[in-house]
Amino acid sequence: MKAYVSAVSDWLDHRTGLRTAVRTFLYEDIPASSGWHQVLGSIAIFLFLVQAFTGALLAFNYAPTPGDAYNSLRYILTEVTAGRLMRGLHHWGASMMIVIVVLHMVQVFLYGAYKKPRETTWMVGVVLLLLTLAYGLTGYLLPWDNRAYWGTVVTTKIAAQAPLLGPYLTRLLGGDDSIGVVTFARFFGLHVLLLPPATAILIGIHVYLVRKHGVAPSPGDESRPRKKFYPQQALKDTIAIFVVFSILFLMAAVVRVPLEQLADPTDTSYIPRPEWYFLFLFQMLKLFKGPFEVIGSTVLPGLAVLALIVVPFIDRSAIVKVTRRTFAVAVVLFAAIGWGALTTAAVMTTPPGEAQLAIDYSLPTDWLQLSPEEMAGIGYFRAEKCNSCHPLAEGTTGAGPDLTRAGNHRTAAWMIQHFKSPAGVRPGSSMPPIQLSDSQLNTLAAFLLKLNPDNATALAGAPEVAVQGALVYQAQGCADCHIVNGSGMEVGPRLNGLANRRARSWVEEHFADPAKLSPGSIMPAFKLPAKDLDNLVAYLFLLPE
Amino acid sequence: MDDKPATITSDRSPHLTRRRLSVATIHGIWAAMIAALGAPAIAYLLIPSRARRRNDWVEAADVTQLIPAVPLEVAFRRNRVDGWRVVSEKSTAWIVKFPEDIVAYAPQCTHLGCAYHWDSRQTHFVCPCHNSVFSVDGKVQEGPAPRPLDRYQTRIEGSKVLIGPLVTSSRAV
Repeated sequence: MKAYVSAVSDWLDHRTGLRTAVRTFLYEDIPASSGWHQVLGSIAIFLFLVQAFTGALLAFNYAPTPGDAYNSLRYILTEVTAGRLMRGLHHWGASMMIVIVVLHMVQVFLYGAYKKPRETTWMVGVVLLLLTLAYGLTGYLLPWDNRAYWGTVVTTKIAAQAPLLGPYLTRLLGGDDSIGVVTFARFFGLHVLLLPPATAILIGIHVYLVRKHGVAPSPGDESRPRKKFYPQQALKDTIAIFVVFSILFLMAAVVRVPLEQLADPTDTSYIPRPEWYFLFLFQMLKLFKGPFEVIGSTVLPGLAVLALIVVPFIDRSAIVKVTRRTFAVAVVLFAAIGWGALTTAAVMTTPPGEAQLAIDYSLPTDWLQLSPEEMAGIGYFRAEKCNSCHPLAEGTTGAGPDLTRAGNHRTAAWMIQHFKSPAGVRPGSSMPPIQLSDSQLNTLAAFLLKLNPDNATALAGAPEVAVQGALVYQAQGCADCHIVNGSGMEVGPRLNGLANRRARSWVEEHFADPAKLSPGSIMPAFKLPAKDLDNLVAYLFLLPE
Repeated sequence: MDDKPATITSDRSPHLTRRRLSVATIHGIWAAMIAALGAPAIAYLLIPSRARRRNDWVEAADVTQLIPAVPLEVAFRRNRVDGWRVVSEKSTAWIVKFPEDIVAYAPQCTHLGCAYHWDSRQTHFVCPCHNSVFSVDGKVQEGPAPRPLDRYQTRIEGSKVLIGPLVTSSRAV
């Protein structure tokens, strides 16, 4: 067997030179001082490959048009096996890549590794950093939720402010008057068709230049024998990559990447925020008012990039010992403090509370299809703490029977009898009777009949505000005149899609005096407590079209 | 610590140097990472997605239209779950009334998916592509078709025949 493998390997090497090439690549001479501080470049390349791989997989289930993007992403998140993991890897991988690329740059900067003859290596590296940021910018739009849409509105407006180039940039990004199909197609095209090969080619050039000039030596390396990259430095690189990969995998598996509601260009209440690594730019913009805004939005960032590119020509001294590079250390410290302060300020000024009301659409939202009665049933289920003996979430068991299949073999009448007198209907049952009115028990039964093993987890996770709203809807008898999700009487208008027709303030005012806002309306006035009104309107505004 | 030799005891230990341990670690870590990415990727591509929506039941015919053991071709519109979309599309089926139940065949030959038709003189289904022949109860009589005709689930409500999800006959039989 071994002889056979080596024969194939010999044949392949003779015809292609593959083994020789790999060996030449691995047995590179590196300075004696090489070690853990030089693993960052390898990690960056590894993360690029992970992004390419997970990105390609996501593209297999993703439709890049504003009409389909959001739904296809929801499909990946809620229906495709391991889809959530893939998106998590791609999302957190992007953040991690920015971190690693910046750390790589800081390391090279501190060690003065950009100095003659490595100026071009550095400059190609700066372009690679810009490409990494460009991925973040273009990829941000692709989920097509509110966050993506409004973030990109701001981005394209900033691009439009650029001196001289502004109008051309806007046209290039397809954002002439609004963000639509053209902008989307261009962002997608950049993200998956143009940037990846450009990055791959530049990484190739970058690595070639590193090999051509060799890894930058530290002071004292001249007198010590050089060592081989393989296997000792390769092992360090591998272990470092493994640590980063483990963190990434853990984050992808555990930390949820939210998905907001579908992009809504008419949502005037939305406060856009960029991705965390752009927050400092976002905050810096606030320091420049009126006609000076262009300085913060394009001039300063442009100058900063220019400064990075020409660093090797500004600093031409031969000193590379970190401890003697006080100015370089000061620059890094100043940049880190500035970045940290701006980012902190941006985080602090983000309005709180929004996150509590927002619905996470990256989870299944089967509850949106329930009738208000079934939805109100969830409220009684929670209020009566049914969950403590009959947990609904997948893979859990409690003291009582699994209710996710109850609808298959029980009727509403049986359930109501059982709620009133558990032991009377099922001798030996230790369940306490439920002290609710007949109509409330009916509501609870309506919910249980709708429950099945596929939707149980999603229904159990219905947001409290919507459940409370449905309880108000049920208690006020709204269904006597209105239809929601196909259930109710059609005396008044259907309430699905209300959010697209009316403003929130209009609806709230309408409850107090319907005839004032809709002349001729026969709807009675409802004087609801403020909290009930809030919950009811929030519920109605979540209803799908 | 760097100079400490690998502390693995084995009868081959003279050869198992620190270098061999490094190489083995490198290979092991890369294999683990490729597996950690590859296994979910395979699951992502090959395991069917868990459908959160189901195909509806649609009304396709009236029982009174059916003559026993004579297939009737019916056309109907149905919502089909297609990935992340639900599309409304026209479908057809061959409905046959048997003494004890009503059967609806999917309109494609089980060989390569051509549309077959009913030959009323010979009283069997014939596929025009490669001459597969099916009996009225869907069984293969001649030709390359590998399995009986696929069926839709059916249900009778009043006098209406409702058509539900497709069941491939390999599983139905």
